[in-house]
Amino acid sequence: MAQLRSSTPLESWQAPEGEPVIRVESVTKKFGDVYAVDDISLSIHQGEFFSLLGSSGCGKTTLLRMLAGFETPSAGRIFIDGVDMTHTPPYERPINMMFQSYALFPHMTVEDNIAFGLKQEGMPSSERKERIQEMMALVQIDALAKRKPHQLSGGQRQRVALARALAKQPKILLLDEPLGALDKKLREKTQFELVNIQERLGMTFVIVTHDQEEAMTMSSRIALMHDGRIEQIDPPRRMYEYPSTRYAASFIGTVNLFSGYVVSQEDDHVLIQSEEAGGLLQVKHSQPLVAGMEVTVAVRPEKCRLMAELTGAPNQIKGIIKEIAYLGDVSIYHVDLPSGKRVQFTQSNIQALAEQPLTWEQEVCLAWQSNSCGVLEE
Amino acid sequence: MAIEQLWGAGRMTPSTPKWLRGRTLIIGVPWLWLGLFFLLPFLFILKISLSEAALAQPPYLDLIREVSDGLMTIKLNFGNYLFLLEDPLYLQALWGSVKVATISTLLCLLLGYPMAYAIAKSPNHWRLPLLMLVILPFWTSFLIRVYAWIGILKNNGLLNQWLMSIGLIDTPLEIMHTPVAVYIGVVYSYLPFMVLPLYATLIRLDDTLLEAASDLGCKPWKQFLKITWPLSMPGVLAGAMLVFIPVMGEFVIPDLLGGPETLMIGKLMWTEFFSNKDWPLASALAAVLLCVLIIPFVLLRHYERRSEEVL
Repeated sequence: MAQLRSSTPLESWQAPEGEPVIRVESVTKKFGDVYAVDDISLSIHQGEFFSLLGSSGCGKTTLLRMLAGFETPSAGRIFIDGVDMTHTPPYERPINMMFQSYALFPHMTVEDNIAFGLKQEGMPSSERKERIQEMMALVQIDALAKRKPHQLSGGQRQRVALARALAKQPKILLLDEPLGALDKKLREKTQFELVNIQERLGMTFVIVTHDQEEAMTMSSRIALMHDGRIEQIDPPRRMYEYPSTRYAASFIGTVNLFSGYVVSQEDDHVLIQSEEAGGLLQVKHSQPLVAGMEVTVAVRPEKCRLMAELTGAPNQIKGIIKEIAYLGDVSIYHVDLPSGKRVQFTQSNIQALAEQPLTWEQEVCLAWQSNSCGVLEE
Repeated sequence: MAIEQLWGAGRMTPSTPKWLRGRTLIIGVPWLWLGLFFLLPFLFILKISLSEAALAQPPYLDLIREVSDGLMTIKLNFGNYLFLLEDPLYLQALWGSVKVATISTLLCLLLGYPMAYAIAKSPNHWRLPLLMLVILPFWTSFLIRVYAWIGILKNNGLLNQWLMSIGLIDTPLEIMHTPVAVYIGVVYSYLPFMVLPLYATLIRLDDTLLEAASDLGCKPWKQFLKITWPLSMPGVLAGAMLVFIPVMGEFVIPDLLGGPETLMIGKLMWTEFFSNKDWPLASALAAVLLCVLIIPFVLLRHYERRSEEVL
């Protein structure tokens, strides 16, 4: 999961004095008795590529639709550019949206589709033509100006939808699963283009996706949603390395979880006794924890290293390989511990064929460093 | 047994002749139907329209006659068509029909569009009952329903009684036997034919298109003009055809509700056939009406092809 984004010295959400372009204040949306969005607050800053990530039914699309103005919150307020727009209709919001189904007007040409928004704001025709040209060049569909949507491929439609949403040069662009209908290769290519376009135009993008890899690749920050609530908001790297809940840890990537209780709290680390892991675990943790507290330790499969044998130090486990999956770049091993717990670890396949490859039923010792695992308080 | 044989024809073997294969058979059925019940009767009508009227049974002379032993002659008489042009009555009737059909179609559209729109936008569990209400009048005979309007519209009818009882008018309104009564009857009778195709297109309309328009800064009434209306065009045209074509040939309503002012081609055709017993002239009239009606039909086909490209 490579990060496409070049890191900037000071991220906008870290500057406390900056007014966010979108501020969501304890917004709730009920459909009948069901809470689609349950008391969510968040801020999105100028120039961010913000992802709402979650499985289907988590409320991410409802939240996006409330930002666009298609749904009205049952409670709470939405500020756009500092103005309360909770009840402003969509056609008066400085926001444009790219729809999951693209929603291209079937009776209009590509050109007319892109021109639609500009005509609504009464832009003079010469300026409009220029803007349409610019937009079509930006998403590389210059040759398709006179076509109707049904004459286009899925990828081309996606580009037209993007051009149409960008044409009015909104401060904020909402994208609802923009790459969902594309095949894998095209999706990966388009991810790069989206990020490039966003950086070039300096717009704020808010994207809804269920694809964690997509969110990791493109976003400056991710809001992970679950059951109408926010689980965690963080940049991709933090989200992956320091998940704050069990759900966050297991939704993004794979993770081994060991339950246990806090034995002692030292200056910079905490010691945890885990029956599942069969010993002591040491975690670098800044938050103070009380001895005896029930916690979960999360370890990513790729942080585990093979050892010759156990030395008795913390963060070491021993088990038997039960399953092997060869994925080309890496291999995944499923290991059964004496406690009955099954864990995973991965190894990159550096050599074409290892001299002494790991095999089934082989006993292995695994270890990880105290700064490459985390504590979840649930 | 017969069905099995048909299926057998569908499961083709290389030796099955091409014309016997299931596909041809299935396409053949409507063609046969049209040929037998539309084309053939029309050819009869065409034949009669080219013959001469006579005091006989049937009341016209056959085109093909045996003059003397073994010698056959075919005598085509275009006089009926020429007569249609000579007597202004027929052109006036044609014009009258076009006028009534056009105005009724527009009135049906004006009333039917909001109805279809409201049904399409109503909650799921309401749609079927509302559609049933639109279709419900069909459960009563067309003739009886038109007769019922006489009871409502006549001078001492329900409408006038009610209007006078609430003190809106002193003397009864003259509606019966006027063009107004004809329009009321026609619009009432043909409204469902406008509502149903409109509903069918409006229900298929993707709501996200309206959301997209709204998102791009388009206000609700403009959304209707720019998105809903153009995309419902196929339904508008289908509904217009379903109203316009039968109203052109309508006979019952102008006969029962209309007066001497309402001159329509259907009524005239009835008079020629049954009162004047001039079958050739009536047939010529029917042939001309069909030709007039083919024009909007061709236009519809043309538009359908275009909209197929769109959707």
